[in-house]
Amino acid sequence: MKYLVSLLLGLLVGAALFAAGLVYNPFIADRTVSPLSVTDAEVISLNFAMVPAESIVYTNDGESVQAPHPEKVLQLWEPTIRMTSAMATVMRDARNQVAGFGVKFMSHSESTRLLRGEAIVDSVWYVYLPEHGSIFIEQTENYFPLMREVAFSAWKSSANSWRGNWFGDLTAGPGALGTARVSGGSGRLDGLSMEGVESMTVKAFSTEAGLVSADGRLIIEMP
Amino acid sequence: MRELAHESKCGETILLKTFFLGIVLGLVAAAVALYAIPAVDQEREASIVTVSPNGGNAEMFHVNIPMDRVMVGAPEQVVSVPPGLAWPADEIMSGVRAELFKIRNARDTVVGVAVRTAAQNNGQDVIDWVLHLPARGSLFVNMEIAPREGGYRLGQIRSGSREFGQFSGVMTERWVVNKTAEEDAPTGRIELQASYVGQLAPLEPVE
Repeated sequence: MKYLVSLLLGLLVGAALFAAGLVYNPFIADRTVSPLSVTDAEVISLNFAMVPAESIVYTNDGESVQAPHPEKVLQLWEPTIRMTSAMATVMRDARNQVAGFGVKFMSHSESTRLLRGEAIVDSVWYVYLPEHGSIFIEQTENYFPLMREVAFSAWKSSANSWRGNWFGDLTAGPGALGTARVSGGSGRLDGLSMEGVESMTVKAFSTEAGLVSADGRLIIEMP
Repeated sequence: MRELAHESKCGETILLKTFFLGIVLGLVAAAVALYAIPAVDQEREASIVTVSPNGGNAEMFHVNIPMDRVMVGAPEQVVSVPPGLAWPADEIMSGVRAELFKIRNARDTVVGVAVRTAAQNNGQDVIDWVLHLPARGSLFVNMEIAPREGGYRLGQIRSGSREFGQFSGVMTERWVVNKTAEEDAPTGRIELQASYVGQLAPLEPVE
């Protein structure tokens, strides 16, 4: 009996060691510098709120950490869309003026490989900027660095929250340099193929409410 | 006495060895489980695609109004959808109307979400659709402003992601009023018919 207990304890310790190794794996490197941050080309820079309560509309299956906003918005509970969330938000330019609006659809991706440090989300943006036209952005995002450095730190904390200053690129593809594919649909962007990167700044996170203070940024490089 | 002590030491050693074996097994089991069990498994609905007589494939989607409406964003609305919606009142957004929907396939099953934007912008009017089907990908369609004879509007597929990344083609939108007297029936539906055509690959030069 005591050998069985010892084996079970070992199994638990082994699984815990594996989980710790996954979180603190030094071979999973975070990409810190976006290739678009050193571009000489003209860029469109758009800022937006990442906190659901600061968006126009945010909805998901209603059971996730992030609560839908406004409260009575239709939820995406059907089996085919329950791993999807949708957000409509105001897009602001570099001078913090309203430049248009954007809608983002995010779905958990089957290409997620936690062993390789990849928590992948397939997402698309539709952005309408009256002064420029409409844009469609296709990207895969990797949320593993955010989970590791922010969400896990909040979970470890006795207050179940995290405060600090985390900045990182979410975009991980499909471009070869880890950039998003951007297509212009109308206006002066009509017919243009571009590249983009979405990044995020988090200042506060709670395990109960999710993002408490966070902003997003889209940088689109013009051809 | 010495034998008893020796037996006890042996027992402790075996206990310790069992514990370390457990650790190794735990590490291996966790790694195998994480590798073998998918972290994400999207629910799929079989696609209902028909072959068009002039080539390409056609697929029908629809939106039941009002039950599939997630958001109606437009300036100065009397009734906001959803309740409590605060649409930006800035001048730059004055001609913009955006709607979020759930979309259904021909079996009336919800298969995705979509956004439709109609904007009036000094003669550069825009009507765009983005359809997002989580297990398959997304479509970006730019519609003609004026409806055609028959009440439908035609649009070009401008871009797509994943499964739709290699497609070009067209999509039509049409408003169909519900004429049944059923209780709880929708007031109507927006019908979307996408016609996909594969992109032509450039021919290899003949040597």
